[in-house]
Amino acid sequence: MTADSGGGVREVIAGGAARGARAFLDLARERLGTALEQHEASTPLEFPNTAYFLPVIYAVTGRAVQTLEDAVWILDEAERMIPSPPADALWLPYLGDTLDAGMAAIWLMEVVEALRYLGVGPAPVDGLWLGAADDVIMRARGVEFVDGSAPGFAAVTGAAPSPEAAAALAREMQEKSLYVFMAGETVLDPGLAAQRGASSLPGGAGAAVPPGYPAATTFAEQLQAAGVQLGWETRLVPFGRDVSSHIYSLGFAVRVAMAFGGLTPGQAARVLDYTRDRVFAFIMALGRVQDAQFAAAAGALNFGFPTISDSDIPSILPGGICTYEQVVSRVPHCSIVSRAIETRGLKIRVTEVPVPVAYGAAFAGERIRREDLRVEMAGPQAPGVELLLSAPSQSVVDGRVTVVGPEVDSVPQGGTIPLGVLVEVSGRKMQKDFEPILERQLHHFLNEAEGLLHVGQRDIVWLRLSGRAAAAGFRLEHLGRIVHARLHADFGEIVEKAQVTVFSLSEDVERLVERARAVYRERDERIGALTDESVDVFYSCTLCQSFAPDHVCIITPERSGLCGAYNWLDGKAAFQIDPTGPNRPVGKGAAVDPNRGQYDGINSFVRDASHGAIQRINLYSILEDPMTACGCFEAVSGVLPMCNGVMTVDRDHPGMTPSGMKFSTLAGLVGGGVQTPGFIGHSRLYVGSKKFISAEGGVARLVWMPRRLKEELRSVIEQAAQDAGYPDLCDRIATEEDAVEEEEVMAFLMEAGHPALTMDALF
Amino acid sequence: MTHGVDAGRPLEAADREPCGPGSIDPAAQEMLERAQELGAGTMFSRAAASRPCPIGAGGACCRICFMGPCRFAGPEAESKQGVCGASLATVAARNFLRSCAGGASAHADHGRGLALTLLALGRGQLADYRIKDPEKLRRVAAELGVAHEGLGNAEVAEQVALAALHEFGRQEGTQTLVGRAPARRRELWQKAGVVPRGFDREVVEAMHRTHAGVDQDPAHLLEQAVRMCLADGWGGSMLATDISDVLFGTPQPLVSEANLGVLRADEINIIIHGHEPTLSEQIVDAAQEPEAVAAARAVGAAGINLAGICCTANEVWMRRGVPPAGNMLHQELALLTGAVELMVVDVQCFFQGLADIARRFHTRLVTTSAKARMEGVEHVEFREKEAGETARALVRAAITNYASRGAVHIPSHKEPVVAGFSHEYIRRMLGGRFREGLRPLNANIVNGRIRGVAAIVGCNNARTTQDEGIVRLVAGLIRSDVLVVVTGCAAHAAGKHGFLRPEVFAQAGPGLAEVCETVGMPPVLHMGSCVDNSRILTLLSDMVRTGGLGDDISHLPAVGISPEYYCEKAVAIATYFAGSGVHVIFGGVSSPVGASAEVTHLLAAGWEEAYGGQLEFISAWQDILERASAAIEAKRVTLGLDVETERVLFDMAARRAG
Repeated sequence: MTADSGGGVREVIAGGAARGARAFLDLARERLGTALEQHEASTPLEFPNTAYFLPVIYAVTGRAVQTLEDAVWILDEAERMIPSPPADALWLPYLGDTLDAGMAAIWLMEVVEALRYLGVGPAPVDGLWLGAADDVIMRARGVEFVDGSAPGFAAVTGAAPSPEAAAALAREMQEKSLYVFMAGETVLDPGLAAQRGASSLPGGAGAAVPPGYPAATTFAEQLQAAGVQLGWETRLVPFGRDVSSHIYSLGFAVRVAMAFGGLTPGQAARVLDYTRDRVFAFIMALGRVQDAQFAAAAGALNFGFPTISDSDIPSILPGGICTYEQVVSRVPHCSIVSRAIETRGLKIRVTEVPVPVAYGAAFAGERIRREDLRVEMAGPQAPGVELLLSAPSQSVVDGRVTVVGPEVDSVPQGGTIPLGVLVEVSGRKMQKDFEPILERQLHHFLNEAEGLLHVGQRDIVWLRLSGRAAAAGFRLEHLGRIVHARLHADFGEIVEKAQVTVFSLSEDVERLVERARAVYRERDERIGALTDESVDVFYSCTLCQSFAPDHVCIITPERSGLCGAYNWLDGKAAFQIDPTGPNRPVGKGAAVDPNRGQYDGINSFVRDASHGAIQRINLYSILEDPMTACGCFEAVSGVLPMCNGVMTVDRDHPGMTPSGMKFSTLAGLVGGGVQTPGFIGHSRLYVGSKKFISAEGGVARLVWMPRRLKEELRSVIEQAAQDAGYPDLCDRIATEEDAVEEEEVMAFLMEAGHPALTMDALF
Repeated sequence: MTHGVDAGRPLEAADREPCGPGSIDPAAQEMLERAQELGAGTMFSRAAASRPCPIGAGGACCRICFMGPCRFAGPEAESKQGVCGASLATVAARNFLRSCAGGASAHADHGRGLALTLLALGRGQLADYRIKDPEKLRRVAAELGVAHEGLGNAEVAEQVALAALHEFGRQEGTQTLVGRAPARRRELWQKAGVVPRGFDREVVEAMHRTHAGVDQDPAHLLEQAVRMCLADGWGGSMLATDISDVLFGTPQPLVSEANLGVLRADEINIIIHGHEPTLSEQIVDAAQEPEAVAAARAVGAAGINLAGICCTANEVWMRRGVPPAGNMLHQELALLTGAVELMVVDVQCFFQGLADIARRFHTRLVTTSAKARMEGVEHVEFREKEAGETARALVRAAITNYASRGAVHIPSHKEPVVAGFSHEYIRRMLGGRFREGLRPLNANIVNGRIRGVAAIVGCNNARTTQDEGIVRLVAGLIRSDVLVVVTGCAAHAAGKHGFLRPEVFAQAGPGLAEVCETVGMPPVLHMGSCVDNSRILTLLSDMVRTGGLGDDISHLPAVGISPEYYCEKAVAIATYFAGSGVHVIFGGVSSPVGASAEVTHLLAAGWEEAYGGQLEFISAWQDILERASAAIEAKRVTLGLDVETERVLFDMAARRAG
């Protein structure tokens, strides 16, 4: 039983949601009316660069709202779903009605936000407010949700008692690697928001304002006032001032369901089960909760996202809609983050790293501007290198960190020192092949310390330490402490002992660079010699099955995981670390069709791991039984039939492609674990592999790609083309600057003399 | 408001004293005094004046052939033989099976009538009916294997009706709607050989088997009782419910009032009594027509007030909000108010005693079914083709009769009620349009806020204190955090005593109260008439399918109770619930098989072993409460729900595995 009077849930939550939904309806009607006065009914109503229309409405109803006219139906349908507030006595059941009111409110929020992109209502992108998250962001960030580096997101609405309190909460969530999505303000006087023109949503019967709350502010503004860096990079994402901007939080969740889970829009029950079971999000309502927020929170309950509040609203503890409780209230700030995580049913592993600054994946994207800089290490001004080697057990003292050379505090403000990091590890399961894998992790390990920026790898590293981190006591020694702690936490299965030596004298660093370059050469040669034919096993990757239950990646030496993050050696190491984990060795078995890359061992594994959904795959073919994709592929290749070739587009390219589809639409075609002959998802570097669609003729089929991608991959493509006997292929590949329509691409290819035109017909 | 029983008061020793004969309902008490003043006999007074035959009461009287009747009495009864050599167990089992045949037939004939109505409607022969829930029509069509894509509602209705009629008369194969039961239950029936065949076959075979000199093995006779009653629960009754919903709308909660206080001194009162919605729905429409209202005003009445009794009441209560005047034992009491212009009866549970009371007043008592007449009582035969006209004529007759009304005595007692929880609505209530389903119910049973579910169903019985057993059990079970669903006359009792108000959540145990507060539901859900016990079968099956509570109905922490049963229909319901895996307890009067220890054992331990459900007869409500609570807790232990489990937190590996 809650501590509230019996009417709490009914009056405050059910009543609030009904009133809030009604207010959203009035607002949406008014704004849509305005829009229809200003524009044709056929005017597009859309968010920037998404293939999912108004994504929540699309996912739940299957309706693609594309024009102002389309939105009319949604408003009517929402109106039908909004109940009257429950009666004071002899009330009828209200839980189902409240969920419906919430869903109606969510749809209306989406229409209201989309209208802002048509200039009706406040501008969606304004100052610190970022507005809609497009598909590029969704896919890039979605990968972090899929691989677990972001365990979930908090949708924060309202504001903390002070900027300092807000900063503390944000930091705690960052340390737990959560994304923090922000929208909605705390208002003391309901009239204030309207006066400021921010929102015409009326306030309602909220609970009493705890003492010390500011009159009208937002969590995001508080963070800004506290000097916290906001943005996707730091996982602190301010969507908008109005609570309606939280539609982007839900839009993110449902697009993950459609893009990664392969769910069909309109299968509402499956979409909502998916978000409940796989997208670990929760609402954190800070300060006085208004009707509009009750409505939005009720809508979020449909998706399985509970609300955790610091204020005196009624709790809804009995289970059944969310995984555990629905609404938990009056939670003090000191425990609200951990309570929220527990309520959502989330387990977050935090590695204790002994450094004097905050630590977590959310700090990896943080920038350190010149004015914040205390000292720069390596980079363009000084030599630098990172080298990880295996060593005999007796020569490694676990946990020993030695700093050779001057410390950071001996360097003038904004100055530079050389940096060499030598990591020596030992372990019975350690193999030489794992050295580069562990070494590459140093980037992530070091970058996740607050106030430390890490760029590059090997002998091109570049680090920056902020003044704040230095003042907090961060020293070179801590680089070693971080590496030591993380190696044990993440790779404890293969690393038994680790010691780190940090050099900061030029001559020591240069000596280490020389030594390292010899090691790098040897490694590169070994990897170069690794081919699909030279190994007996490939590795599976089912990391994504948390989001794409039927998808399985097969990683071969010449075809890395389609997210670009895992190659064959990674798979091998991951299996050593966790033999029951998502990467397993898969015996190739007999070759069914070596040209197309079909093996019976692989087929039978894929059949099992996809739960029977996929019967066979050709690793090197785009046309016949291609490998499936989850949703986190870096690029998509698709056949251009007229050109007798293929195009490759990566997810950073927002424009149209010659296939007539943008990346986001193409991604919808190949994602979700289904085979779509003619299209594959893959890593960017795969285009440089000898096995890149080798069944169809390989890289010589590549006829179009975005200019930026082409330049980034130029050396890789040139090498592959050279090996394939087309030394000047790269310049014959069209980009969007040459052509976007397939006919124009064709004309370009003819002029350029592209080899695809003289190859065998694809069909 | 006066409550006969203070449901909020903890059970004390005083509550365990017998309340004496009569009723705990203050309206009934008032009217029984009135009956005494008037010198009118009622079921209450007749029951007090005559004792039940003790031999027949326990099932020990055999009058199946004309060498008897044979009776089995005395200390050695179990080892005695009838003239033919029949044992007491055989006699008791045969009597039980024949009771079941009577009860099941009543439900199924009701269902068949509705199927015939649907058929005529589908064929365009009925102007006064329409399909109010076409979505359900198509769901039922799909379940019956009727192809409906691309067909109009009328065509689908015709095909569904034909398919339903086929279920009653089918000579081969088994009932289709058993497909609604969980897979494990169907396998059990298959193995036990009790998957019900065509309904008519099952009843005819039961009558054949109980003829002298045929089936003389008690266990074998009782097996037929199970198979035949399953054909009722998962066939006759289920079709009756589904077709009623198709024709008249699937119920969802609405607010009304219950008890004799709903009769109005200044309005024309029409009581609809019996079990079927077909005519009563038409009367509801006819009474609302402006011409009728004007005619009523013209004779000096403020309006036309409809009220229901028994399950006809339940049908129009949960679909139209027509207030129920009371349960079975209220039928005579309602007429004793002198305020009833017309009582229309259709089938089942209206009694000849009404005629005597009606004659004392101006009340016109009218039988309407071709199946049911009463000597000396006016008969207006109801034909569906003229349904509207018949209904209007009846309403006009009531209006005309108003002028003849004499002094009235209407008790003030009535309670507000929220009723109409169809299985479909319960799903919707728990998750809204997009998350509908029973997951919250199951989750809160698993976490122990709700201990289990009890269906309190069935009748009143003039030999037990009216409503006492029902109301005490409702109060006791919700206080123990057991969610209660009610149907039939038990639903009236719950309503009359204030238990169908959502505010009653405060009288429930803390866990159930919290769930009720979250959902906005009362802790006692009115699920309909007695054929609507099939809704409970559907609900239980859906609970199994939803998961977390085992994989068969017999695994659910659920009990079925009829604290005041009186008729054969109740026994048939008990049998199909037990055969479906539910622990059933019947109370009030003694066991109809009580004379035979062997049959008593077969119904309890024997059925428990064969079907995972059982039928027990326990007279006192206090003992039933104890037994029911223990049965629920025992199921929880078997499910492993007695152990406090740690909250599962999901890391990435767990999510991939999920």
